[in-house]
Amino acid sequence: MSVAKPLPHDAARLHVSGAARYVDDIPTARGTLHLAFGTSEVAHGEITAIDLSAVRAAPGVEDVLTAEDLPFENDVSPSIHDEPLLATGTVHYVGQPIFLVIAVSHLAARAAVRLGKISYAERPPIFSIEDAIAANARFEDGPRIYEKANISIALDGATHMIEGRLEMGGQEHFYLEGQAALAIPQDNGDMLVSSSTQHPTEIQHKVADAMGVPMHSVRVETRRMGGGFGGKESQGNALAVSCALAAARTGRACKMRYDRDDDMVITGKRHDFRIDYRAGFDSEGRILGVDFVQYTRCGWAQDLSLPVADRAMLHSDNAYLLPAARIESHRLRTNTQSATAFRGFGGPQGMLGIERVMDHAAHVLGLDPLELRRRNYYAPAGRGGLSAPRAPRAPEDVSGQKKQVNNATPYGMEVTDFILDEMTEHLVESSDYTARRAAISEWNAAQPVLKKGIALTPVKFGISFTLTHLNQAGALVHVYQDGSIALNHGGTEMGQGLFQKVAQVAADRFGVGMEVVKITATDTAKVPNTSATAASSGSDLNGMAVQIACDTIRERMAEHLAALYQMAPSEVVFSDGSVSLGTERLTFAQAAKLCYQGRVPLSATGFYKTPDIEWDRLRGKGRPFFYFAYGAACSEVVIDTLTGEYRILRTDILHDAGRSLNPALDIGQVEGGFVQGAGWLTMEELVWDGRGRLRTHAPSTYKIPAASDTPEVFNVALWDGENRSETVYRSKAVGEPPFMLGMSVFFALSDAVAACGPDYPMLDAPATPEAVLWAVERVRG
Amino acid sequence: MTTNFVLNGRSVETGDLPPTTTLLDWLREERGLTGSKEGCNEGDCGACTVMVRDHRGARALNACILFLPQLYGKEVTTVEGLSSPDGELHPVQQALVDHHGSQCGFCTPGFAVSMATAHLNGQTDHADRIAGNLCRCTGYAAILKAAKAAEAAPIPAHLSSSGKKYPRGGAQRGGQTAPLLPDSSDALADLYAQWPDATLIAGATDVGLWVTKQMRPLGKVIFLHACRDLQDITETENELTMGAGVTLARLHPVMTRLWPSFGEMIRRYGSVQVREAATIGGNIANGSPIGDSPPALIALGATLHLRHRDTRRSLPLEQFFLDYGKQDRAPGEFVEKVTVLKTNQPLSVYKLSKRFDQDISAVCGAFSVEIQNGQIASARIAFGGMAGTPKRASTTESKLTGQPWTKETITRAAAALAEDYTPMSDMRGSAGYRMKTAQNMLWRLWHERQGHASHVLEVRP
Repeated sequence: MSVAKPLPHDAARLHVSGAARYVDDIPTARGTLHLAFGTSEVAHGEITAIDLSAVRAAPGVEDVLTAEDLPFENDVSPSIHDEPLLATGTVHYVGQPIFLVIAVSHLAARAAVRLGKISYAERPPIFSIEDAIAANARFEDGPRIYEKANISIALDGATHMIEGRLEMGGQEHFYLEGQAALAIPQDNGDMLVSSSTQHPTEIQHKVADAMGVPMHSVRVETRRMGGGFGGKESQGNALAVSCALAAARTGRACKMRYDRDDDMVITGKRHDFRIDYRAGFDSEGRILGVDFVQYTRCGWAQDLSLPVADRAMLHSDNAYLLPAARIESHRLRTNTQSATAFRGFGGPQGMLGIERVMDHAAHVLGLDPLELRRRNYYAPAGRGGLSAPRAPRAPEDVSGQKKQVNNATPYGMEVTDFILDEMTEHLVESSDYTARRAAISEWNAAQPVLKKGIALTPVKFGISFTLTHLNQAGALVHVYQDGSIALNHGGTEMGQGLFQKVAQVAADRFGVGMEVVKITATDTAKVPNTSATAASSGSDLNGMAVQIACDTIRERMAEHLAALYQMAPSEVVFSDGSVSLGTERLTFAQAAKLCYQGRVPLSATGFYKTPDIEWDRLRGKGRPFFYFAYGAACSEVVIDTLTGEYRILRTDILHDAGRSLNPALDIGQVEGGFVQGAGWLTMEELVWDGRGRLRTHAPSTYKIPAASDTPEVFNVALWDGENRSETVYRSKAVGEPPFMLGMSVFFALSDAVAACGPDYPMLDAPATPEAVLWAVERVRG
Repeated sequence: MTTNFVLNGRSVETGDLPPTTTLLDWLREERGLTGSKEGCNEGDCGACTVMVRDHRGARALNACILFLPQLYGKEVTTVEGLSSPDGELHPVQQALVDHHGSQCGFCTPGFAVSMATAHLNGQTDHADRIAGNLCRCTGYAAILKAAKAAEAAPIPAHLSSSGKKYPRGGAQRGGQTAPLLPDSSDALADLYAQWPDATLIAGATDVGLWVTKQMRPLGKVIFLHACRDLQDITETENELTMGAGVTLARLHPVMTRLWPSFGEMIRRYGSVQVREAATIGGNIANGSPIGDSPPALIALGATLHLRHRDTRRSLPLEQFFLDYGKQDRAPGEFVEKVTVLKTNQPLSVYKLSKRFDQDISAVCGAFSVEIQNGQIASARIAFGGMAGTPKRASTTESKLTGQPWTKETITRAAAALAEDYTPMSDMRGSAGYRMKTAQNMLWRLWHERQGHASHVLEVRP
């Protein structure tokens, strides 16, 4: 049984010895050319003149392209064709590619782009959310609105009303491997592209359109990425298309990789948000209704901003049953990088809104925030197993109206798998939350300079692409006559361990050891029409597709062998590397050889589509998610009230990965997601200057957590339970949900700040030391 | 010019290459050794970390801002050279596999080299040892576990010190692009006087970025690393003398002994890879307003020693910094050493940044305040990040000196900081934050002397 084993990452040995190959490591032919973009120096304006004579004359430069040189589609947008590869007339942000240099070396290309002379007629730029609201600069005609019950009536009847505003910054992905692509021209005008991408099919599609050829003429291969986090869902298009066009033009292999500063200046980041809220609570701290207005800074092009903003709306309940809710979402257009997918895809931003509401309300009501949170949890799922009915909450009296309160989200999906009540109870005990909270209070009373804080926050994250048709996956499995197995599917490997988890599924289906299964690079020529490896869907979708492909072959083998040995196919058992036929026992290799000789097809595709989901994004109604993944984290911090500096002292996490396919890899996702989420809300700060130039464009100025920023005590455990939905081996998606466990750090900081004075901290994110210091000053009144 | 060194156990000669060719580019492009990765190209992520050994031992360095001539006569081990010749993984590599320390794997070679270097040196302060290696996937817990697990394993035979003799710098065959590579301060004095427009390169942690990021042509360059007589740390009963070529890493234990707070600041200065390359002379001579050692040295009353050919002069360090980007240094003149008195002056250094490790300070405050019988006998205070240069807080000092050590005095002195400084706003902090925290650092000094817990790093869970 290979499933559920804590096996190392399939490439771990290659990683540690430097032998794992990334795009820039692929050996290339002599004469390979290297590309770099010349980019806009202004945030908004018309290009009035382009003088590239010095660029063309620079040492090592072979060719220079502008928009006019592009033969077909000049577009790298993943959504609505609003993102030219090279600017045409108007530039929309500092860093927008305008021309493409093709040179003999990476350094020559980078040096040459600096010689471009471009003149602009500048136009007034729009940078901030406030600017964009004032100018009504937005995507879509107006805001999207989801509503549940009547919010005005609900708030009118509230004993306690709270109101506030939360601002949260974006986040740079900081994948350690920057964007990279390599194109090698093939026979007959075809193109082979190696790309560091989460979405090979999209690369294939955009390259084909740019070259004016059908998709079958372009093959895209991705063995691994050096990190993705959503940043390689659409942002690799520009490099791959550039390489393909340059390779087609020159007949030579062409490679492009962004220098880190270029990467940070050119590519999109997490969306920053402003959320205005009004919420009503009864005297017991039960929420009666909440009214959110979410403002999303999307940047200059649409990219994936609409589904990101949708997902923010879809997570504005997090773990809480909202009897009434109104969520209004504005998708604003600004002259900044086009914000893009980033782990959580809007979910974290929406969730932070409701968690702020809970934290704020607890302060107003004088309750422990955890107590208030628990009072508002969704009703738990039944304990009686998969088919047990959920236990609905008792009807409640809302504003004098007798109303049946169900367990539905603001978008009308019943929550039938809620387990956070039990998980929270466990975590409260394992983290010793109650005693520590009391001890902290005592400690704080004795400390003039330092204050501690603690918070326990839950996560409920919806699993499935909200664009329903993306919830499909394909696989291709070969069994060779020597019994070795080659595995391929549409998912991409970015470090999450997808390939290993899926290989564990394949090995289990055939009852063979892991060494028998060869994991191969994602390849659009093997599995077509794939979805991005995103939305945490990798194992759910591809694991199932592989399972189906393996089972197809296994059934064929069983049928053939059963006939040979005169028994029923169901009596043929594949396990421990062998095939048992009653008293007979064959090695898997012998079985494969027999099947080959019996002319059994030993290759199969597998196809899976997620059942039971439907979603109307305009009305905001339906069942967008197949199921929810859950988690909870308890963090303790200490702050310095003189400087705002802080440390995470301890974090305890309990996370729900269903029946984990690989607990070691899943814990890796939980730990890494938590630290990345905590980074987003603490030290990771994006700063643009008044001209729209990103000032934090390298690790010297943009700080992601380092080793010593992890909690000194860090206890991480997986919840022992299976997915109630029929997923692959009843596992759950684990890529994104742990990211939001980082919220516990943010609210622990808020708790520590609250110890400094009577007022509510109103902490914004990122809570840099500076933000914490100002919050301390504020609460002192 | 061409450079000879040992790479993964074999002698190599680079062939004639520009002197500002980085080791990383050469490894990846000329040698096909693609295990070392380019993550940032500025020495901040550690994905390119290599082990370099010479007569001073083994250290981890960032190959992306290491120029080939700096390697002359040294021994370089890349990630490809960590495993034994028969393919057995190094203990830290095996521990990384066993403890799931890699996810995407791109940062992993750098971690492996940093960890192997620490393992070789018997260093077990793991979080500090890998502070210069960024990982975006794992959250580090697994990596720290791996480092701990490998502590007790023996050093693999192929990496154990072989008692090699490492040559002094100097005699290299030049080419058209030959840099100047003096092997003594006398030779440097002559060369620099002759070529006063040359760029001096010591550790290249700053100049490296001129090349990799600004792509600035440097013209003639003079490498300082072979001037061993600039690398001495000498102590008499009363005085500490630091040669300009002393690295921050070598200064760390000395300062930790003499002024623990200075040592703690150095612990957080850059990262291992940066401290092993960066020199005290470079940190002073480049005149940055946000270098961390100048404020600490100014508070200690350090004296700077400059040399031009055979003419030497000394001045109080603070007088060296004339204005933003402008220092009191004549063409052809170079920093030879810096000296401080070891008398029992107290020192508190407060480095404030968004991240504790490997982050440039928003504000760095250094306080040498002596209190006798409840009176402030003397006060020397200097700040980085508060002005266009590292600068003394003269007005503030005057509000302290001779006054009683009371809250009232601190309040008055804190107010006076606004007369000493007009800080600016940037991505590291607003002007208001800089001023407020500079003032609060005086309060931290107060609380520290009162015995109150006043630093979050000292709080244990």
